[in-house]
Amino acid sequence: MRVEVDIPGRVSADLEAAAGEVVVVIGPNGAGKSTLLRAIAGLEPGRVRVGDDDWTDLEVPRRRVGYVFQDQSLFPHLSALDNVAFGPRARGRHRREAEDLALGWLRRFGIAELAHRKPRELSGGQAQRVAIARALATDPDVLLLDEPFTGLDVSVQVALRIELGQHLRDFPGIALLVTHDAIDALTLADRVLVLDEGRVAQVGPPAEVAAEPRTPHVARLVGLNLVADGEDLIAFTPDAVTVSLAEPEGSSRLRWHGPIATLAPHGDAVRLLVHASPDLLADLTPAAATELALVPGREVWLSAKATAVSRYGAAATGR
Amino acid sequence: MTGPRLGRAPAVLLVPATIGIALLVVPLATLVLDTPWRTLPEHLGSEVVREALAITALSSLLTVIGCVVLGTPLAWLLARVDFRGRRVVRALVLVPLVLPPVVAGVALVTALGRSGLIGQHLPFSIPYTMSGVVLAHTFVSLPFYVLAVEGALRTHGGSYDVVAATLGADRWTTFRRVTLPLALPGVLAGSALAWARSLGEFGATITFAGNYPGTTQTMPSLIYVALNSDPTVARTLSLILLVLSVGVLVLLRERWAVGR
Repeated sequence: MRVEVDIPGRVSADLEAAAGEVVVVIGPNGAGKSTLLRAIAGLEPGRVRVGDDDWTDLEVPRRRVGYVFQDQSLFPHLSALDNVAFGPRARGRHRREAEDLALGWLRRFGIAELAHRKPRELSGGQAQRVAIARALATDPDVLLLDEPFTGLDVSVQVALRIELGQHLRDFPGIALLVTHDAIDALTLADRVLVLDEGRVAQVGPPAEVAAEPRTPHVARLVGLNLVADGEDLIAFTPDAVTVSLAEPEGSSRLRWHGPIATLAPHGDAVRLLVHASPDLLADLTPAAATELALVPGREVWLSAKATAVSRYGAAATGR
Repeated sequence: MTGPRLGRAPAVLLVPATIGIALLVVPLATLVLDTPWRTLPEHLGSEVVREALAITALSSLLTVIGCVVLGTPLAWLLARVDFRGRRVVRALVLVPLVLPPVVAGVALVTALGRSGLIGQHLPFSIPYTMSGVVLAHTFVSLPFYVLAVEGALRTHGGSYDVVAATLGADRWTTFRRVTLPLALPGVLAGSALAWARSLGEFGATITFAGNYPGTTQTMPSLIYVALNSDPTVARTLSLILLVLSVGVLVLLRERWAVGR
C-alpha cells in the first residue's frame, strides 16, 4: 500500500509498505515526524492519499487510523475496558459486543485483570498497553504510534518493545512508528524512513540504513562517523579513527584536523568528539589518551584507512 | 499553622481584613440573632409564605434546568467551535453579568411584554406569569452558568475530543461520552451559581413578572413587601432564605468533595 502526504512547505513524503509492515520514522527534532502522523490522522491539514483512497477531505472520525499518542491520552473518566471499547462503540458496535472485543484486546496484552481500573490507577507501562490496545481495537488500516516508549522506565520500555513487536506482526494494516531511539528502528522496523527537513532522506531495511546512513542524524543514532566526499558518502566507526598530534604522513585523503570538544569514557575506551569539518568521533585506549595528553581544546589530527571505511553513493535510494 | 516563620502579620493588612470580616459577618449574625424564633412556625405556616416558598423553589429549579439545557450547548459552542464573531457573541452573552437586574427586567418587557416588539405577536402572554419569572431568572443566571461550564471545558482543552475523533466518534458522541463527563464539575458549579442567582433574583423578576401572590411572588418579592408592613416577618423570611442558600451550597460542596 502506498501512503502519500503533502503539507506544502512543511512535510512531503510518500512511502510504499506492504500490508503488515512496520515503518519506523526517524529524524532530528523538527524534521516533521509527528506532523506526518498527525496529517495522516487528519489532525493537521494536508493532502493525504492512502492506497487508492484520497483522505484529504475526509473528516478525522472517518479515517481508518489508530493513533497512539505520546502521552497515552487515555480518557481519565473511563475504565481501561471502556477506553478500549470506546472506538468499536463509536464505530457502531453494540455495547456488549464492544466490551467483549475490548476484553479480548486487554487479554492479548496480558492486562485483563486491570479492565476496571481507571487510567490514574495504572502504571505508565500498563497505561501504554491500554492505549495501544485502544488504537488496535478499531481495526484500523493505518496504525500511528508517536514515540510510544517516551517517558517510560527503561526496563518497561524493553518489555513493551518486545510485546509491541509481537502485536505488530499480527496487525494486518501498516504501522508507522515515530521514534528517536535507534533500538526501536533496529528491532521493530521492516523498513526505516528517515525524515530530514520535511523530506524523505532515506528509506530502506533497518540493517541497510544503519550500515549506510545518509544523514548526520542517523549516523549519530547508530554511532557512525559520516563524511561527504564529492558524490560519495563515507561511513566509519569511531574505533577506525587514528588520533595523532602531528599531521599524519602518507597520501591518504581521509584526514581531518580540529580541536577536541569533549572527551569521555565509552565502554573500555575513551571517546573524543572533535570539531573537525564535520564533527567526528574517535575512540582510543585510555593509555593512548594519556600518552597524547589529550584535553578539550587541544588540536588533533584524525585519519582513517581507506580499507576501514564504507563508501557509497550519496543519491537517495531504496524507494 | 506550620511552615517557615516569616514574621508577624502586619497591622496594615490585619486591620482592613478584620473590618472586612466584620462587614460580611455582623449583619448576617444579627439577622440570625434577632430572629423572632417564637413566632417562626406561625409565619412559616401562613399561606402567603408557603406559596412564595413554593414559587421560589419551583422557579429556581426550572431556571437551573433551563440553564443546563441552553447553557451547556452554548458553553460548548464558545469553547469548542471556531466560528466568525465568537468573541462578539461571547461578550454579548456575558453582558447580563454586569447589567443592573432592573434594566434586565425593562429589556425583557421591551422585547416580550404584552406590547413589546416580540411580545405583541405572541399568541400567549409571558409577563406576570410563572414562565415570566423563570424567563427573567434564566436571563440573569445563564451567563454565570455559561462562564463556569466554558471554564471547565477549557481546562481539559480539546485534546480528548481529538482522541475521540481518531477513534471514530462523531462530535455528538464525543460530547456525550467524553466532553460532558469531563466537564461535570463545571456543570455542577454552574448549576449552583445559577441556582443561587435565581434564589435571590428580585429586580428583573418584579419588573417583568410583577409581584402577584400565588403566581409570581417569589421569596425576595415577598420580603420586600413584608419589610414595609411587618419587619418581623421580613426578618423571618430572610433567615429562611439564608439557611436555604447556605444549606444547598454546603450540600453541593460535599458532593464535589466525594466526587473527586
